Amino acid sequence: MGKDIILSVKNLAVEFETYGGIIKAVRDVSFDLQSGKTLAIVGESGCGKSVSVQALMGLIPMPPGRISNGDVLFKGRPIISQGEFVRRDYCGNEITMIFQDAMTALNPTMKIGKQIAETLIVHKGMSAKAAQKRAVELLELTKISEPDKRAKQFPFEFSGGMLQRAMIAMSLASEPDLLIADEPTTSLDVTIQAQILELMKELQRSLGMSIILITHDLGVVANMADDVVVMYAGEIVESAPLDDIFYRSSHPYTIGLQHAMPHNDESRPHVLIPIEGSPPDLFHPPVGCGYYARCPHAMKLCEKNRPPMFKSGEQHLAQCWLQHPDAPSTNNVFKNN
Amino acid sequence: MLKIKNLKKYFALNRKQQVHAVDDVSFAIQQHEVVGLVGESGSGKSTLGKTLVGLLDKTEGEVCFKDNKLPSVYKPEDFKKYSQQIQMIFQDPYTSLNPRMTVEEIISEGLKLTGRYSSQETSDKVVEWLENVGLNAAFLPRYPHEFSGGQRQRIGIARAMIIEPEFVVCDEPISAQDVSVQAQIINLLEKLKSSMGLTLLFIAHDLSMVRYISDRMAVMYLGKIVEIGPANDVYFRAKHPYTEFLIAANPEPDPELERHKIKHTIPGEIPSPINVKPGCRFASRCPKRMPECEHQTPQLKTVAEGHQVACHLY
Repeated sequence: MGKDIILSVKNLAVEFETYGGIIKAVRDVSFDLQSGKTLAIVGESGCGKSVSVQALMGLIPMPPGRISNGDVLFKGRPIISQGEFVRRDYCGNEITMIFQDAMTALNPTMKIGKQIAETLIVHKGMSAKAAQKRAVELLELTKISEPDKRAKQFPFEFSGGMLQRAMIAMSLASEPDLLIADEPTTSLDVTIQAQILELMKELQRSLGMSIILITHDLGVVANMADDVVVMYAGEIVESAPLDDIFYRSSHPYTIGLQHAMPHNDESRPHVLIPIEGSPPDLFHPPVGCGYYARCPHAMKLCEKNRPPMFKSGEQHLAQCWLQHPDAPSTNNVFKNN
Repeated sequence: MLKIKNLKKYFALNRKQQVHAVDDVSFAIQQHEVVGLVGESGSGKSTLGKTLVGLLDKTEGEVCFKDNKLPSVYKPEDFKKYSQQIQMIFQDPYTSLNPRMTVEEIISEGLKLTGRYSSQETSDKVVEWLENVGLNAAFLPRYPHEFSGGQRQRIGIARAMIIEPEFVVCDEPISAQDVSVQAQIINLLEKLKSSMGLTLLFIAHDLSMVRYISDRMAVMYLGKIVEIGPANDVYFRAKHPYTEFLIAANPEPDPELERHKIKHTIPGEIPSPINVKPGCRFASRCPKRMPECEHQTPQLKTVAEGHQVACHLY
C-alpha cells in the first residue's frame, strides 16, 4: 500500500485497420496507478479511454486491432513489452474488469451463480461444489438479498443495478489486485449509481484493491477518484491528483468540460459554455495539438507542433503550450480555477 | 396553458393485473414556462409525456390545452389538428429518425402535412431550420446514419420546431450525449425557447441539467408527482424524503462538495408498478415512514409559495 506503483503504462499505442484506413485510437499513453488508489480516466466518447484498458486486458480483437507500441508493468513484472504480450495469465485473474452494460456482458443462458463459479473453477481450480458455495458468498458480499435464491436465477430476472452487483461479484471471485471498471454506472439511475459506487469504495477499503474507473461524468470522478487522467483524441492531455484537476486545471479541454456541466450553487448562477465543434478525425490525427481546432486559446504554434507534457505542479502534467515558460499569460484562461 | 387533471394511464397486463404507469397526476404549465420532470426509470415520466402528446391513450382524467380539452383517444384528424401546436423530441436519436428517409424528407414531412406552404416555401424553411439548429444545407440529401448522435438530435429538434409549435415535450433529449454535446443541445433549446416563446416540458433524469434549464421542477415516483415547485426550491430546499435522496445521490462535479456531502444512499429499488396498493408509494423505502403512510395516499400540499409536496410529514 501507499506510494508503490501497481501498474505502470508507458507509451501505449493502439491502432485499428479498417477499410477507411488505419485509426490511431490510442496514441502514446502513459500513466501510473498507485497501489490501493483509484485512478479515473475521463473523456468523451471516442477519445480512447476504453481501448486503452481493453489493450491491457488483451481484449482488443487482433486483427483488425494492433498494439503498435507500449510497455506495461504490473506489480513490477513486464506484461506487455514493445507492444507484444509477454504474459497474459493475469487477465481476468489478478486484473479483472466490469463493463457498462451488464445485460450484454453476462451470458443470458447461464444462471448467475454458475457464471460466477466458472471464474473460480478456471482461475482458482476449485471444485464445482466449492465454487458454487463461494459464488453465493460473493453475491452476499455485494449485498444482493437472498443470495441463495438469486444464484439460481438467470440474468433477465435481475434489474440493472442487481446485474452490476453480480458482475462485481464475479470480478471479485479471483481476488484481484486491480479492478478495471469501464463506465460501471452510466446506464443506471442516480440512486442506484450511488449504491454501486458506495459498494465499490467499501470493497476497495476492505480488500485493498486498486481501481481504474473509466467515466465521462465529472461528478462520479469527484466522488471516487484519487488521481485523474483526462484523455482527448487518443492522448492524455492532463493528469493530476483529484483536486488539481478540478481547482487548478491546466488544460483548456479540462476547463471546457467543467464549464459545459451545470454546477449546483444557488448563489452563483452561471451559463453553460459548450465546447464547440467535434473531436478530430483519428484516421488522420492532427500533427499538432489534438485540441487545436476547438480550443478557444489556440495559438499559431499549436497547429503544427505537438505540445510536450509540461509539469505544472508536483504530480501535475498538462500537454499544452500555454504551460511553456514563454507562453502568454494564462491568468485570463484559467481565471475560474 | 396546459392543465392536467387527475390524469391516469394504466396498461393492462391481463384481466387481473394493471401497470399503474401514471396514477392521478395533476399540474399545470404556464405559458413560456419550462417545467422539468425528474425521477428514476420506471417512474412514469416518459409515459406521462407520451400521453400528453396523444401517442398513448388516456385511461382517465383530462388534459386541457389553452382551454380546449384534448381527446382521450387521438384519431388521425386529432393528430393533424394538435400536432401543429404540440410537438415532441425523443430520447434516442438513433431509433426516432426513419433510416430510409433523407434529412430533407424527415424535416419537411410535418410541414407538408399542414398543407400551408408551397414546395418552394417548404424547402426554404427546411434550410432555414437546419441552419437554426447549427447544421447546414449540404446535409439535406444525407441519411441519418451519416450523422453523429448530437447531429441527429439536432435533426430531431429541427423536425419538431419547424412546425412552430407552442408546447414541446422533450423526452430525455440529452441522455445519450456526451457532456460537451449536452451543453450544446441545452443552449440550443434555451435559444429557441426565447426566440419562439416556447413552453417546454423537459423530462430527464439528470437533476443538475433539469435544475439548470427549468423554471419549475416536478419529481415523479411510481406514477405520482411527489414534489413540485420552483426549480431552486425543490433542489436546495427539498421537502420530500425521496427528493432528498435523489439530490444526495446526484454526483456534483466538485471534490470539495462531494467530500462534505452527507452520504445517505436510498436502500432497495423502485417497486413494481403492478396493482399498486393505496398508501404512500415511497413507504417501502422511506426512513421516515409512519403508520399512516402504509394505507393513506398523501395528497399534494402547499408548503411554501408554489412549492407542493405529497408527504404525510407536512
